[in-house]
Amino acid sequence: MRFDSLVDSVGHTPLVGLPTLSPSADVRLWAKLEDQNPTGSIKDRAALSMIEAAEADGTLRPGDTILEPTSGNTGISLAMVARQRGYHLICVMPENTSVERRQLLTMWGAQIISSPAAGGSNEAVRVAKGLAAEHPDWKMLYQYGNPANAEAHYRGTAPEILADLPEVTHFVGGLGTTGTLMGVGGFFREHKPEVRIVAAEPRYGELVYGLRNLDEGFVPELYDETLIDARFSVGPRDAVRRVRELIDAEGIFAGISTGAILHAALAQAKKSLEAGDRADICFVVADGGWKYLSTGAYEGTLDEAEDALEGQLWA
Amino acid sequence: MAEVRIPTILRPYTGGERAVSATGGTVAEIIDDLEANHEGIKERLLDGDDVRRFVNIYVDDEDIRFTGGLDTTVGDSASIVILPAVAGGAADIGAAGAPR
Repeated sequence: MRFDSLVDSVGHTPLVGLPTLSPSADVRLWAKLEDQNPTGSIKDRAALSMIEAAEADGTLRPGDTILEPTSGNTGISLAMVARQRGYHLICVMPENTSVERRQLLTMWGAQIISSPAAGGSNEAVRVAKGLAAEHPDWKMLYQYGNPANAEAHYRGTAPEILADLPEVTHFVGGLGTTGTLMGVGGFFREHKPEVRIVAAEPRYGELVYGLRNLDEGFVPELYDETLIDARFSVGPRDAVRRVRELIDAEGIFAGISTGAILHAALAQAKKSLEAGDRADICFVVADGGWKYLSTGAYEGTLDEAEDALEGQLWA
Repeated sequence: MAEVRIPTILRPYTGGERAVSATGGTVAEIIDDLEANHEGIKERLLDGDDVRRFVNIYVDDEDIRFTGGLDTTVGDSASIVILPAVAGGAADIGAAGAPR
């Protein structure tokens, strides 16, 4: 396939079957390989969509500075697109975020502002909102509330799945900004409403939930619970176990969050099998495992990996 | 008897316990039983007849908002997890004191 530039090659990712992990000929699992996007994650879709929407409505002009609270894939994706399009990017990320992510962001030309580690991503969002108020000339795209995030999946991810797998019965994705699930869920509600939308939500160690009071909690502005049908909480032990199964059984090397998504997909497969229903379950491989090698998830016993992930926002 | 995991922020109500036992056939009954033994906790979990916006309750890892809400059935050896809603994203907060 030929494209005019790297940015033009975002999306149109492969959908591959899982012949070994699928429980039967009637209950099949399919992986949407979003790690094959240009910077290696599904966030390339949201980043490109948010920048193009801001260009289209005049919010972003050449030479502008983009501000975003992110410590992971969205920042890397935004940095790549921003560099190609001539924007500056400032990422607000919790201090002491892993060295790989800082190196990648810096390579693609992003500037990093640190937020206190203790509050995790909640705190990064709070700091970014404060900076946006102080610097009205900085353009915050705000992935947690930007409809263009969900639209990337409404226009791209979901129609690609339906074209490749018209018999799809379930979609399983990760719940973070909620953009993937809101976009895919919205598309299928309109075009094939019998498709069940299943969310896999990472459950972290206790420190991550260490708020001072419950009112500091956070639900992304994009989130609409009517667009999903089930929501599973998946801890690090199950996520690591599944990510290892995925590489052992199918040769797919995925990031830890994909293990959580696969765990929910396999739970659905088991339910369908027991009920005697036909099922074609599509799940997202959100990124590859490369950026997480230093977390300890890919070596040693499950106990060791679980200990290593304690206190980390691993998805 | 179900096991209920209590988030840090609500442990003042359970004398610091991370997990407590509760009886009940539904989530609503479990919460009433929690309240009987840990007075004040119910008001932190519920806003009227609904779960508070920033509180998530899971029975055997499934969010009760999609399984019947407070009427969700709780099995004999169910595991119930209560968590505050937090932002996603991939940050390493090890320096906040987490064991590595």
